[in-house]
Amino acid sequence: MNKLIISPSPHIHGEFSTKRLMRDVIIALLPALCVSFYFFGLGAMTVVCVAVISCVVFEYLIQKFLLKTTPTVNDYSAIVTGLILAFNLPSNFPLWLVVVGSLIAIGVGKMVFGGLGNNPFNPALVGRVFLLIARPVEMTTWPLPINMITADATTGATPLAIIKEGLKNGLTIDQIKSQADYTFTYLDSLWGQIGGSLGEVSAIALLLGFAYLLVRKVITWHIPITIFLTVTVFSGTLHLVNPNQFIDPVFHLLTGGMILGAVYMATDYVTSPMTHKGMIVYGTGIGLITIAIRTFGSYPEGLSFAILFMNAMVPLINKYMKPKLFGEIK
Amino acid sequence: MIKTFKKGGVHPPENKISRNAALEQLVPEGIIQIFISQHIGAPAECIVAKGDKVKVGQLIAKANGFVSANVHSSVSGTVLGIENVADYQGIKKPAICIQVEGDEWDENIDRSPEINRDLSKTSEEILAKITEAGLVGLGGATFPTHVKLSIPKGKTAKAIIINGAECEPYLTSDHRVMLEKGEELLIGVQLLKKVVNVDKAYIGIETNKQDAIDNLKKLAANYSGIEIVSLKPKYPQGGEKQLIKSITGLEVPDRALPIETGCIVSNICTTLAVYEAVQKNKPLFENSVTITGKNLNVQKNFIVRVGTPLTQLINAIGGMPENTGKVISGGPMMGRAINNLNAPTLKGSGAVLFITKEESKRGTKSNCIRCSKCVAACPIGLLPFLLYKLAERNMLEDLKENSVHACIECGCCLYTCPANLPLVDYIRLGKTRAMKLIVKQK
Repeated sequence: MNKLIISPSPHIHGEFSTKRLMRDVIIALLPALCVSFYFFGLGAMTVVCVAVISCVVFEYLIQKFLLKTTPTVNDYSAIVTGLILAFNLPSNFPLWLVVVGSLIAIGVGKMVFGGLGNNPFNPALVGRVFLLIARPVEMTTWPLPINMITADATTGATPLAIIKEGLKNGLTIDQIKSQADYTFTYLDSLWGQIGGSLGEVSAIALLLGFAYLLVRKVITWHIPITIFLTVTVFSGTLHLVNPNQFIDPVFHLLTGGMILGAVYMATDYVTSPMTHKGMIVYGTGIGLITIAIRTFGSYPEGLSFAILFMNAMVPLINKYMKPKLFGEIK
Repeated sequence: MIKTFKKGGVHPPENKISRNAALEQLVPEGIIQIFISQHIGAPAECIVAKGDKVKVGQLIAKANGFVSANVHSSVSGTVLGIENVADYQGIKKPAICIQVEGDEWDENIDRSPEINRDLSKTSEEILAKITEAGLVGLGGATFPTHVKLSIPKGKTAKAIIINGAECEPYLTSDHRVMLEKGEELLIGVQLLKKVVNVDKAYIGIETNKQDAIDNLKKLAANYSGIEIVSLKPKYPQGGEKQLIKSITGLEVPDRALPIETGCIVSNICTTLAVYEAVQKNKPLFENSVTITGKNLNVQKNFIVRVGTPLTQLINAIGGMPENTGKVISGGPMMGRAINNLNAPTLKGSGAVLFITKEESKRGTKSNCIRCSKCVAACPIGLLPFLLYKLAERNMLEDLKENSVHACIECGCCLYTCPANLPLVDYIRLGKTRAMKLIVKQK
């Protein structure tokens, strides 16, 4: 007779798998990837390839030879890390530094803690922040997008940096906006025709990916929307108080990788809270810290630091933000 | 308005492929085996001896105490004796074995097809009939019905809720009963209302059974105080707590019985059995059972006599398909895997589900990626990923603090887990151990 399999219930499994979730994140990043290839050309393509390949290779080598475990690169998570890291780099970034950044991201950001699921900080951000602190000049020299052929020809500062620099020189927002090197318009940033790291520039492409992630139930709305709302309310209040010193919220939302960070980096499963309540606290924290750094700090950009800081708060948030027990009596 | 519960839940593919198979009688042959314990509570006491002649519906084992239930013969024939018989899981338990001879029913049972609409019996008379008929909850727990209907002192019931959610994938026996025995069911509801002295009854049905909703709505127009509630399909809506929440919006307090909300929940098949017991004098010796599976050529909804060997059910559908990996008693989310196909059916057997070899295998587990899908899926508001880790390390005090006792073992966490972690398996284990600890501490 046929041998029957015995196991406890449930006997069926849903459609989710780590692989599928990671694949969906990669798919969601594709529109922004295409936009960056279009605006930054070959430079973007090589940076992305080098980052992805080195992340995968480093993960494989570390698991195989240092940890002596079965490599799990086929779960695609290293590809996601590589993509996100590349998205955070300028398209003319030296390739050897891309490799170093990938090693830090995978090695220090992920593997020292025991691999996927055990890292307290977003690996790609660990890599990015390492590079930002170690090589600030290369990290903040952005090629301006023109088109495929002439890309990489000119470089310039990001809109956030221009504003920061202008305010430091005692100019008002309107004065800065009328300067010659300020070519930024909101319409440009929707499509991605602005200076910046290679994946952060196109709001539309990134939001398209966000919609895809929501439809595929990869992430929930809680973290990104809370960040957007907090940023809008906080920077909006500042703007209303003094429009000469503080730029409007739309600017904050469209620049400095706000959408990339809120949708793809803050929502990293491993380093974000486990409950919806916790996600709202976490998102609010990221929004507040980002705007605080951008407006009062010395760095023009604060999202990466804000996310890393809130990553560190996640265990605490998880401890206090537990879901309400069904029928709980207080 | 279509209602549902808010917290947690999952949407597994419905796969109700046997929904169009009308109920069919399956009369057993050869030897049948009836366990003397088919319910939660004390086993019944056998009152027949080897060589006795019994009829269909004759009492063969008497309830032993209050929390116990009578057991009746489901066939006519000669008692062969009491033997230890292996159940679905292969565990041996005492059962009365009867050689089937013909199909002669006890003369007190009203076998006429007419519906008995007489509702003049008093509450006590109805409860006595239910007790006598050996009714148990047929939703799976097999808790004696008369105990459930005896409301504890100081509590009052406000409404009866009939569970027509049938939220488990594949299962269709409740659906067929609602379609084919609608009026009997409604009379059963009226009887239940009378027993617990309430004016209001709700029948909650998921909208994937719209024909059942329409049928009962039409019939309910002739009966006062029965409301048919459309529910948005979602597992585990048929769970007692979730159903009460969906229909009334009330939450059963933690560690308390549903009666705290004034609701008493009864299953569809149980309610039909109430009608049959009270109006037709028919004890509980048969139940509707769905036989289904994607690899079966025929899908069936049988009315099966208690004690029929599973092999007869399998023969009735033309044998077990070659590529069967698992046979499950009940639905795929909470049913139990069967390893003994010679075992007899029980009062509470509601379905036999065949799962192919490919579908039977669990995925390889990988690291928890902390995606929090289990937290979002838990209908109780627990943290399955945490309970799993605690149970794995046998940290009983921490399990207790994190309310492991409240887990209903619905399996939503494991169903949704992308890392294929055996969440509910470990939580179940941790819960059992933590409960022992809690009892010891008291």
